[in-house]
Amino acid sequence: MFRYYLKLGTLSIRANPVLSALMVAAIAVGIGACMTIVTVRHVMSGNPIEHKDSQLYHVQVDNWNPDDPYDDPDGAPVQVTYLDAKALFDANRAFRQTTSFKTARVVQPDGEDARPFQEDSRATTADFFPMFDVPFQFGSGWDRSSDETQERVVVLSKELNEKLFGGEDSVGRALMLNDEPYRVSGVIDTWNPVPKYYDVNNNPFEDPAQLFLPFSLAVANSFDNNGNTSCWKPIPDGAGREGFLNSECIWIQMWVELQNASAKQDYMNFLDAYVEEQKLLGRFPRPLNNHLRTPSEWMEYNEVVDEDVDVLLGLAVLFLTVCLLNTIGLLLAKAMRRSKDTSLRRALGASKTELFKQHVIEAGMIGMAGGLLGVGMTWLGLRGIENIFVEYDFIQHLVRMDWSMVMLAVALAIASALGAALYPTWRTCNITPASHLRLQ
Amino acid sequence: MEFGPIWRAMMRNKGGYLLIALQIAVTMAVMVNAIAIMQERSIKMARPSGIDEANTFSLVSVGFKPDMEEKALIQEDLDLLRNLPGVVNAVETNSFPLRQGGWSEGLHREPGVGKSVSSSAIYFVDEHGLETFALNLIDGKNFSPEQVVWDSDSDDFWPATVIITQALAEDLYPDHEGSYVGKAFWFNDDNPANIVGVVETLQAPWPTWTGVERSMLVPLRRESEFARYVVRTEPGYRDEVLAEAEELLSSSNKDRIIRGVETATDARKMAYLGDGAMIKMLSFIVILLTCITGLGIVGLASFSVARRTRQIGIRRALGATKPAIVRYFMLENFLISSIGIVTGGILAVALNVVMVQAFALTPLAWYVIPVAMLVLWIVGQAAVAGPARKASGISPAIATRSS
Repeated sequence: MFRYYLKLGTLSIRANPVLSALMVAAIAVGIGACMTIVTVRHVMSGNPIEHKDSQLYHVQVDNWNPDDPYDDPDGAPVQVTYLDAKALFDANRAFRQTTSFKTARVVQPDGEDARPFQEDSRATTADFFPMFDVPFQFGSGWDRSSDETQERVVVLSKELNEKLFGGEDSVGRALMLNDEPYRVSGVIDTWNPVPKYYDVNNNPFEDPAQLFLPFSLAVANSFDNNGNTSCWKPIPDGAGREGFLNSECIWIQMWVELQNASAKQDYMNFLDAYVEEQKLLGRFPRPLNNHLRTPSEWMEYNEVVDEDVDVLLGLAVLFLTVCLLNTIGLLLAKAMRRSKDTSLRRALGASKTELFKQHVIEAGMIGMAGGLLGVGMTWLGLRGIENIFVEYDFIQHLVRMDWSMVMLAVALAIASALGAALYPTWRTCNITPASHLRLQ
Repeated sequence: MEFGPIWRAMMRNKGGYLLIALQIAVTMAVMVNAIAIMQERSIKMARPSGIDEANTFSLVSVGFKPDMEEKALIQEDLDLLRNLPGVVNAVETNSFPLRQGGWSEGLHREPGVGKSVSSSAIYFVDEHGLETFALNLIDGKNFSPEQVVWDSDSDDFWPATVIITQALAEDLYPDHEGSYVGKAFWFNDDNPANIVGVVETLQAPWPTWTGVERSMLVPLRRESEFARYVVRTEPGYRDEVLAEAEELLSSSNKDRIIRGVETATDARKMAYLGDGAMIKMLSFIVILLTCITGLGIVGLASFSVARRTRQIGIRRALGATKPAIVRYFMLENFLISSIGIVTGGILAVALNVVMVQAFALTPLAWYVIPVAMLVLWIVGQAAVAGPARKASGISPAIATRSS
């Protein structure tokens, strides 16, 4: 019977081409609008390091103003001070740990005519690379010992390696940054986590740094912090760089890797003990407020997904609702028009179940067509978004459709069409046999 | 009028009509809320930044050699820039409005560390800042050259004088009447900042910040390998001067690079890209939605005409005129639309309440509702006009045919 109903469905769709087209279009447009926003939201709320979500933790300790919390009502600061970054790092109590901040260096390529250019850089520690599963094309990150010796060593992005060394294996080669010679220790393979979970300040969707170099070196040589610096306690006048490093200003992101729940508990206890100890020294005037947050928790806490996306999602769902109400109306009208056929079939012995099957299959066909067209519409919608935001160089990462989104679009379309078909089908099934057979 | 018979006929097929009414209601709710958001965003985008946007640009000098004479280089650069033909004035500063990155401070009405009472964006400038930013000084006076300090020459990090915006003054001293000049506040420490001037408008660098109108000029210069210059030109000379300035600074000293060349117009575009995009996407949604609802009405009305061909024929045979038939369908649509629009009005307000609570949105303006009502009534009537005219063309002779 299935094939017979498919045939009946096709006939019925052909009998009302304009109406059927309108239904397919309504579903497709509704799905397109909805799925465009869902896709963007899916990427924005993605977690590129999901497989290590229970091992990586962002460290927060509350060194803020006793009279004025960092974030109302009792949010802890989102970065740490140099004092705490150094003390926690030196304590070496986690399996792996990294402190980092955003900076910039001027690259001076070899050659007389070569013009120097600035690149976004990240000052970090050796563990950064294994912690965040950074893939290497050549070489590797630097050794932990380089963190201690403040060695001039650098890791390049694939892109920068292509620009400077034509994409060759440049491990061991020298590179001038701000008039200082560095040794290349590794070249990162294509790596662009979206969102950039390890530093969600400023812009969580920007491209990763092109250069990575040791944190200790950057601090010792006063590299500028290009991220955020927030202070609450004044630095003594004339205290200079030393005063800043010893201040309560926060500007460093700290992450630790802890392999299991008990290691996490131990580290939490360690943090609490550390803060208690600092309280005795007159720091940390606020109540104990330490946090270890996983990448997913961290992105959630920092509201990485723009609020506008949620507003649009809500409106897009309502939009789909209108499209479906439209489809229900049209299906109902179609069903009523066929009342005569239906009552004839009922009179000839078709059961309500069979009629139900027939109409559901027909609705499914419309849903399928709407879904496939909806995938196309979604693609168009994403191109539209890309176009509107063309000045954002990261927009291309947000408008990618993966297979899960395609499947979701089709499934949503079929579910929508079947849902829309329920009421009209129910009305149809209740047509009494032979009621429409007499002459009007 | 024929309301009675039309209403009774409608009640015999409630489901179909209810669906259209519901569709109109949801359309209305979405439309009203989308318009409210678009309105909010366009108001936001229309706020003046305070600077002469059409004739201002910025560029950055980044020195990369150690032991550079930073102070001398900055002075030299400023001399070059200020003497370029077509330049009104130039200043070295940390940021400018619309740039989306800058410096902010919590402010106190008393000395010492406590809970701040206000906050403000900080622009570090010299005495040329006022003219370069094209600010309208409404009270007090500009910094004198002696009030401008280099941080290396002074132990006090914060200079004793500031020029603040009217909005910041009002936020700092809500109960004060009269001039703000001569009043003082504190940055988290014991040195007072004395207000020497008040400007009408100067936005903070972050358009999304709720305190965007609160900012101040601070006469402090910092020696740094990183220097940002803001240049204001005579009207019409911006692009010419920009190219010249970039070339001039690039060649004057090879131990630095010139980057981040950006006009204030570009900065505005980037700063409001999200809001502009929101307006575009929402208008697209509203237009598409209206079309779909309109098409739905056309489809259903055509159906209803087709189903009632015989009835219409009989009415025509019994003496109903063509306009009477058209009027029937128009009135029928008016009734359904009205139900939908009134329900939609309630739904729109409810949705707005939910959205205002969930997101930081401004509540909708009351007049958006009657405007949307009118639009949907017109759309409904326009959509039904075609099928209604078709119905009026049905020949009375149809009545004589069976089936």
